[in-house]
Amino acid sequence: MLLFLVICPIAAAILIIVGAPARFTALVAAILNFIVGIALFSEFDRSTAGFQFVRSFTVSTDWRIHFAFGVDGLSLLMVLLAAIVTVSAIWFADKIDDYERAFYACLLFISAGAIGAFASIDLFFFYAFHELALIPTFLLIGIWGTGSRVRAAWKITIYLSLGSFILLIGLILLYQSLPPPERTFDIRELLQASVVHPIAVPDQRHIYLLLLIGFGVLISLFPFHSWAPDAYASAPAPAAMLHAGVLKKFGLYGFLRLVIPMLPDGAHYWTELLVILLLGNIIYIGLVTIAQKQLDWMLGYSSVMHMGYIFLGIASANVLGSTGAATLMFAHGLSIALLFGIAGQVRNRTGTLSFEDLGGLAKSMPFAGLAFGFAAFAAIGLPGFANFASEIMIFFGAFRHGWEMQRFHLFQIATVLALWGVVISTVYMLRAYRSTFMGTMPKRWAKLIDLGAGLRIPVALLVAGLMCVGFFPQTVVNIITPAIRTYFTTTK
Amino acid sequence: MIAIPAPHLEIDVLILGMVILVWETFTTTTNKKVFAYIGMIGLTLVFIASFFVASQPIGGQSGGFWNFYTADALAMFFKRFTLVTTILVIAMMIDYAPAMTKADDRASANLGEFFSLPLLTCAGLMYLVSAIDFIFIFVSLELVTISFFVLVSFTRRNPIALEAGVKYLILGGVSAAFLVYGITWIFGATGETNLQRITAAFASGKIDNYAATFGAVLIIVGLGFKIAAVPFQIWVPDVYQGAPTPVTAFLSVGSKAAGFVVLIRVLQPFLMLPNMQRLVVLLALLTVVYGNLAALPQNNLKRLLGYSSIAHAGYLLIGIACFDGPAVTFYLVAYLLMTLLSFAVLIIVSQQTGDEISGFDGLGKRAPFLAFAMVIAMVSLAGLPFTAGFFGKFFIFASAIAQKQIALVAVGIVTVACGFYYYLKVVRAMYWPARNASHSVAGWQAVVKNETITVSPLSRAIMIGLMVATIVFGVYPQPILRAITPQRRQVATTSTSTH
Repeated sequence: MLLFLVICPIAAAILIIVGAPARFTALVAAILNFIVGIALFSEFDRSTAGFQFVRSFTVSTDWRIHFAFGVDGLSLLMVLLAAIVTVSAIWFADKIDDYERAFYACLLFISAGAIGAFASIDLFFFYAFHELALIPTFLLIGIWGTGSRVRAAWKITIYLSLGSFILLIGLILLYQSLPPPERTFDIRELLQASVVHPIAVPDQRHIYLLLLIGFGVLISLFPFHSWAPDAYASAPAPAAMLHAGVLKKFGLYGFLRLVIPMLPDGAHYWTELLVILLLGNIIYIGLVTIAQKQLDWMLGYSSVMHMGYIFLGIASANVLGSTGAATLMFAHGLSIALLFGIAGQVRNRTGTLSFEDLGGLAKSMPFAGLAFGFAAFAAIGLPGFANFASEIMIFFGAFRHGWEMQRFHLFQIATVLALWGVVISTVYMLRAYRSTFMGTMPKRWAKLIDLGAGLRIPVALLVAGLMCVGFFPQTVVNIITPAIRTYFTTTK
Repeated sequence: MIAIPAPHLEIDVLILGMVILVWETFTTTTNKKVFAYIGMIGLTLVFIASFFVASQPIGGQSGGFWNFYTADALAMFFKRFTLVTTILVIAMMIDYAPAMTKADDRASANLGEFFSLPLLTCAGLMYLVSAIDFIFIFVSLELVTISFFVLVSFTRRNPIALEAGVKYLILGGVSAAFLVYGITWIFGATGETNLQRITAAFASGKIDNYAATFGAVLIIVGLGFKIAAVPFQIWVPDVYQGAPTPVTAFLSVGSKAAGFVVLIRVLQPFLMLPNMQRLVVLLALLTVVYGNLAALPQNNLKRLLGYSSIAHAGYLLIGIACFDGPAVTFYLVAYLLMTLLSFAVLIIVSQQTGDEISGFDGLGKRAPFLAFAMVIAMVSLAGLPFTAGFFGKFFIFASAIAQKQIALVAVGIVTVACGFYYYLKVVRAMYWPARNASHSVAGWQAVVKNETITVSPLSRAIMIGLMVATIVFGVYPQPILRAITPQRRQVATTSTSTH
């Protein structure tokens, strides 16, 4: 079943290239994937921590590379996120004039890349599947983008290829840091081997730094973030939804999956650096976000900013904070996808996303206004949405990291500052909401058509996901925690 | 089970080439393509025959010719590699024939020779990968080089082709001189020309290290010309641009692969000498940096592929510097697939809109199939996963990291990112217009005029085959890694003995 999730989008993409009707095939594949994802979620055995639904094919015996898939709670949640966002992204796609087939094929390839990366339990394919999405992203932004799309396409591609090559070097070093007979690309065996033979501390330090930079570029960690706003502002809405919502979580997932369990000493050594960088994300990028004058740029920056919270959860190095980080990855994926989706619809109807030109759109597009409102409140972190549940876990987790200290600890200061970030995000989200959907409406927007009945389904899906996890966080928390708990019991 | 002695393969290819050459002179057929098909069928038969070669007697490394010749796993693998390359190149030549008539109307009368010469080159390359004696290396190298002299300047009334031919002739001559001079120094120092006995002589420790090092450096210079390593790469862009495109493809794949096989064999004894590894590392560094940086501003696709072949030579040299035979072999196979694929597309497209990158503008609309094939080729050259090119880079860099060659890895990070830029430039051209350019570029005019490109069934089949192989080896590299396993062991022992 897990294999189906990866193969289905690729097969659909090939069918589309060969000549199947593009939108229909893509949508069918995405819905099938969604159903299978839900089925996996319900069949998943919550009582154990190990990988389930494992399927493995040997690729190279010399290098011990396997084409292997399996999920534990953490990766299952990510796969589910990818499935949900794929359905809504494809649903949100508008009529495409040029290269319609290629457009849907690219979207499906991104989806397959993300699902493959999350479901791989082999280091090699974990990396390889993520790279599968690189060229489709380049084409999506370059061919169908808006604004300075060519610049954005080059920027994201060069940036991400550089980042992922650094990542590759780091991963190869990780592989080679084990004694030769233990060397394997199987993530399960790697995790066990790193417990039996902990990697030497100096090695851990430089591998961690390489992985921090590599993953950091992919996640848009503070000094490496500049590709993200450009790319998301120019990308067509479905591409931005998939990339910001799902693909960017790959780096964070990699952190939780590999870095935290395998390089605890490296992580400890570089904690201060990471905290400073993530505060850069939250505070500096937060302020930059407030200054934006266009909705798409603001959303791009806001997605960079929220990465800071997730990093805070990961850096706190305890079960509570890491679980919060994983939940926030899910929540942020849904909320940012909804925001980009609505923004894309607004752009299609008005041709602009500049705050100066917009206003009062809630009168002509009430449903879009409502949906954007939901997503904006979720992104701010209002109670009732998944983001609240996860951010509160992150803040408590991070605060607790320095609990035994007599005086204020780095993490407590960081948490206090990060809490102010919530205020920052309230400011920019509400401002964006006001200047887009509230206020006086210029006359030319009076005849805009609201989202059709068809588009309400993906909106409902995303909002339902946010609210379910918001009101019943246990549904996801109790599948993530067993996986994360093993990290902190085995490493201590 | 039939067992064919290994040297028969080359003899068959030589006879085939001669027969076609003579036959072509005495027939009155005007359709010379027949000879190309005969050549391809003949080579395919030889390729099949190569799987029935009698296995070499264990213990005796030699296969005849006074210990000049070996048919070990490495040699057999690259014989097949050469055969496949030659078959594909001849297929491309069929597509290219009309363009040649356009460039030089008298060249078309000699098409029969154009189709038969690659067979002689192929025989030379096959000898070269089997050669384990300096004399034999030199002789077979000259067989290859001389047939290339003719092929490169085949459309000699075209000034660019003539320039290419002269450059290749002069630099080829110079490199041969360096090689011979180096061989004499080695002979003077060790009294041997056979590589195995040279290894033994080095192991005995009674050798004048300076003389041997000097000879080895000269040999590396000579071979450096063949594999286009910096600073011996000056001829590459001009020759690549001027030569008929299938010949360029042949040069960049066949000639380079054989050069690397010789380098693997020759360097094995010499890497015991002090400073030899450092020299190769330096060469690799210069080559990757120069190849990638110089490729960035290119606007002509043939030149771009020329610089890219320098860049790939650099990556291969990284593999050589780390003694990793299997990684080099895999990289060469990946390089064969992706380079020939891009040349195959280039040959067809350039007949409509020329071989500038702007000629590829809008190809996604004019010929979606060719554009897709080109995307696969470029993505693989850039080294993205699920293509053979990625596994190639992966193996090379994994061994560089294992050897703690930090400089090579750090430079590699930058150059790989450069590669993304110039390869994706081609992808960009095919799907959307450049920022400043209007629709006046040749490619877009073709789009406006709604011209489409017809692809012959043979080329289409070949392209599909190359694409499938690129992706299959990008997921499942095991067959190639297995094919040269004995070589792996051999390399492993050398590298342990040098440390």
